[in-house]
Amino acid sequence: MLSKRVIACLDVRDGKLAKSIKFVDTKDIGDPVEKAKQYYDDGLDELVFYDITASSDGRGIMLDVVEKVAAQVFIPFSVGGGIRSVDDATKLRLAGAEKINVNSAAVKDPELIRRCSDAIGAQSVVLSMDVRRTETSALIPSGYEIVINGGRTPVGRDAIEWAREGERLGAGELVVNSIDADGTREGYEIRLTRAIADAVHIPVIASGGAGKPEHLYEVLTDGHADAALVASMVHYGDYTVQGLKDYLRGRGVKVRTPRKLS
Amino acid sequence: MITIVDYNAGNLRSVKRACDAAGTDSVLTQRPEDIVAAERVIFPGVGAARSAMDTVLDRGLDEALREAVRRGTPVLGICIGAQIILDRSEESDTDCLGLLPGTTVRFKLDDPRLKVPHIGWNEVTVEKPHPVLGGLQPGDELYFVHSYYPNPTDGARVYATADYGGKFCCALGRDNLFATQFHPEKSGPLGLDLLARFSRWDGRC
Repeated sequence: MLSKRVIACLDVRDGKLAKSIKFVDTKDIGDPVEKAKQYYDDGLDELVFYDITASSDGRGIMLDVVEKVAAQVFIPFSVGGGIRSVDDATKLRLAGAEKINVNSAAVKDPELIRRCSDAIGAQSVVLSMDVRRTETSALIPSGYEIVINGGRTPVGRDAIEWAREGERLGAGELVVNSIDADGTREGYEIRLTRAIADAVHIPVIASGGAGKPEHLYEVLTDGHADAALVASMVHYGDYTVQGLKDYLRGRGVKVRTPRKLS
Repeated sequence: MITIVDYNAGNLRSVKRACDAAGTDSVLTQRPEDIVAAERVIFPGVGAARSAMDTVLDRGLDEALREAVRRGTPVLGICIGAQIILDRSEESDTDCLGLLPGTTVRFKLDDPRLKVPHIGWNEVTVEKPHPVLGGLQPGDELYFVHSYYPNPTDGARVYATADYGGKFCCALGRDNLFATQFHPEKSGPLGLDLLARFSRWDGRC
């Protein structure tokens, strides 16, 4: 039976680790390569790096980070942030990223998903979507709207409809990130995650709001998510990856138990 | 020395890095003659069967792989490399290498909650001991990402299975040819151990 995945998300700016709270006030909290290695040794299932660097110089730094991680960490990891072309995707893939995440650029140019999928395979293309609650309307029947630019700009597109479109265009997985829950540590947006997980046939990774082990349990059971993304709850040492998995296992969720080799 | 077949497979460099980390020397090659002369061969792969086969044929690697297998060279196929060693793949109805009788088939799942692709860590059950799988214990999980799986005609060619809406073959082989649907290069220390075992395997089972 397939295990539910625990995925740690590392925000990287200029080659350094940062954790954003509601996408503003980013604070440097260390070296991403070292952190990735630490989580790998602790039994993490997968990693996501979001490059929040604004400058083009930073892109080269990110490729360097990806190569260093790939030489030391032998679990899948994906990279997102600023991917606008097949060329960006291919460079990251060759540097060692198993998957790439597209977000705002795909909202502006949905065919980007198809082009990336054709070039590197659907299994390597993750559509990451930032979602905010809004009034239900003819345009947004689910009451969940896609936002871009770090959550600041609503685009008038329904989240459920965009998830289906992303699947149709060739995304192999979805990350559903709730802007309302992000950084609150009060739990994932269960209703949103479940609505999307039930609407598509590809795996869904829940993101935003994790603060306690119960939150992971809720989203992996009631939320129908295939994987749960965590960030600050492990970055600041409040919880360990192993501790989270022990908790989930104790409550009957199938998670991977890595075996140390002697 | 492991010769890794370079046919633009997406995981090519990941396999190389994992071999490095497993402490085993490896080289990449696109040249058929290097494959024929290799001490041992890894045939990697991620992506689609049709484009993989097209590249293999374009580069004349099909005959080289056949010759390596004929000569008794230990060969390890990974993912697409485990699928296109069979006669045929259901993916775009692709003719494959025919190194083992069988067909690569798509998951047909009754449970709508089970997603395709099958992505993540799943328990691998060894059905028949094999030197390359010698490090695995019951309950060990390895990393998968695929929508199709190899289904050899002869059940005796199945060395390991996993369960996803039913049992499916995830390791297969005959003589000096062995292949895994899961990705040892992304399966943590257990995967690196498997690659190290392949680097020591004499091609007998």
